[in-house]
Amino acid sequence: MSEITRADVEHVAHLARMGLTTEEVTALAGELGSILEYAAQVSALDLADVPPTAHPLPLVNVLRPDEVRPSVDRDEVLAQAPATEDGRFRVPRIMAEES
Amino acid sequence: MSAEAIAAAVRTGERTARDVIDEHLAAIAARDAELHVFNHLAADQARAEADAIDAAVARGEDPGPLAGVPVALKDNLCTRGVPTTCSSRILDRWRPPYTATVVEAVGAAGGIPIGKTNLDEFAMGSSTENSAFGPTRNPRDPARVPGGSSGGSAAAVAAGFAPLALGSDTGGSIRQPAAFCGVVGVKPTYGAVSRYGLIAFASSLDQVGPFAATVADAALLLDVIAGPDPADSTSVREAWTPVLPTLGEGVSGLRVGIVKELLDDIDADVLARVHGAADALAAAGAYVGEASVPAVRHGLAAYYLIAPAEASSNLARYDGVRYGLRVDGRDVADMNARTRDAGFGAEVKRRIMVGTYALSAGYYDAYYGQAQRVRTLVIRDFDAAYQDFDVLLSPTTPSTAFAFGEKTGDPLSMYLSDVCTTPTNLAGHPAMSVPFGTGANGMPVGVQVLAPALGESTMFRAAAVIEQAASSS
Repeated sequence: MSEITRADVEHVAHLARMGLTTEEVTALAGELGSILEYAAQVSALDLADVPPTAHPLPLVNVLRPDEVRPSVDRDEVLAQAPATEDGRFRVPRIMAEES
Repeated sequence: MSAEAIAAAVRTGERTARDVIDEHLAAIAARDAELHVFNHLAADQARAEADAIDAAVARGEDPGPLAGVPVALKDNLCTRGVPTTCSSRILDRWRPPYTATVVEAVGAAGGIPIGKTNLDEFAMGSSTENSAFGPTRNPRDPARVPGGSSGGSAAAVAAGFAPLALGSDTGGSIRQPAAFCGVVGVKPTYGAVSRYGLIAFASSLDQVGPFAATVADAALLLDVIAGPDPADSTSVREAWTPVLPTLGEGVSGLRVGIVKELLDDIDADVLARVHGAADALAAAGAYVGEASVPAVRHGLAAYYLIAPAEASSNLARYDGVRYGLRVDGRDVADMNARTRDAGFGAEVKRRIMVGTYALSAGYYDAYYGQAQRVRTLVIRDFDAAYQDFDVLLSPTTPSTAFAFGEKTGDPLSMYLSDVCTTPTNLAGHPAMSVPFGTGANGMPVGVQVLAPALGESTMFRAAAVIEQAASSS
């Protein structure tokens, strides 16, 4: 596999919504490179005929009766939020305001 | 005093739960400043619960099989109203609005949560050096790491702070610290124990399990926490078959296979103890042979793609919106990025980045897809080995406990300490570490007993024989 560049790290950081300092980007380029180089041993195997396993248990559509039950307390949940307003989570603006 | 003995004494009124708690709180007061086992100590709450247990006994009620037994909880298990941090700044001061099913089960059995134990941030690490609140020290030698990620829970039992503890094991995070601290640690079958209220790291691999000073105490706690939970859709729906009643049935006629692929690159002193444990099983009537599980050679590499991939998805929830830390920004995306930069430590960032990369367009098939195919091979190879053997045997770790700072400079060298434990998680099987003597430096050696899915009863019988041989040698 190819080397991990600073641009690769910045692209992945954007996908992961991860703010990184310049120093962190530099360090991660090297660290990701060596981790992925080790992990690449699985890429080199010929496994075309082997099906993938996503989960150890063969479970499909686990259902329960549709009954009304108490859930976690809304006020208790909201009390843990960084900012709330009128019983809801408050966040900064999502899109730039139109001028 | 063992958990079994404490519960027996409290149930008969021979000893008060309050006395038991006070004794353990005194041990903690004497040494936790040095060891840093606990992120949060629930002393007042524990005393109140002990008094309630004593009152119940006085009324003629039976508080249950863990009556008055202090239980330390890894700080990634949710406890309503009690701080739960995952040893991360991003959850600093968070108080969950609900309690994990396993913690409810401990309480319902008369057990008393005594505090929340330190871990590698979000259970990512093998030494507790990744905790945002500083590392835990190994009670057997404070210059060495206790292992990780459940290092605080292993150290709590080793230091006598609690006879029992709960941890979580995604790639060895119960078994490796158990080996390093010289205690028993069990990773149950995937789905045998509820994950509801365990803060997710890698959901297809995570499993809660017990730490104890003895095999019997570990069985006692496992029997309390195992069983179906409607709140966890991945829990095994069949009723749990308790392991404690059959613990002493021995290993006569049992087929034990030493996994030859897990003997490579293992320190000689550790290897010698594994062969010693095999000899003990043979002396007790087991047939011991060599087993081959070739795909485990690629288990670690597959694990270090699958676990970060799942983690990158699970940890997306820490976005500064609903709980935990928020660092303000010019818009939502900027607030998310600033919060995650300030809230996550270096190893968590590294894993989220590796996982995001492995799942990203153009790399998915080569990394995550291939790792999932290796996972199939690991399961097939274990299944084939279990045609010939009832349980498998290996070292828990390639070395005994290492020193602080020894592996922090090179993430990959830290990952390699999980080489013997990660295949179990990929397969969803149970495995446990049992102390069996010490290595060249006097630190404990752990021997790993592995079994097929829901094979805990057989696994515990083998572990009990190894334990008995360790104490008589």
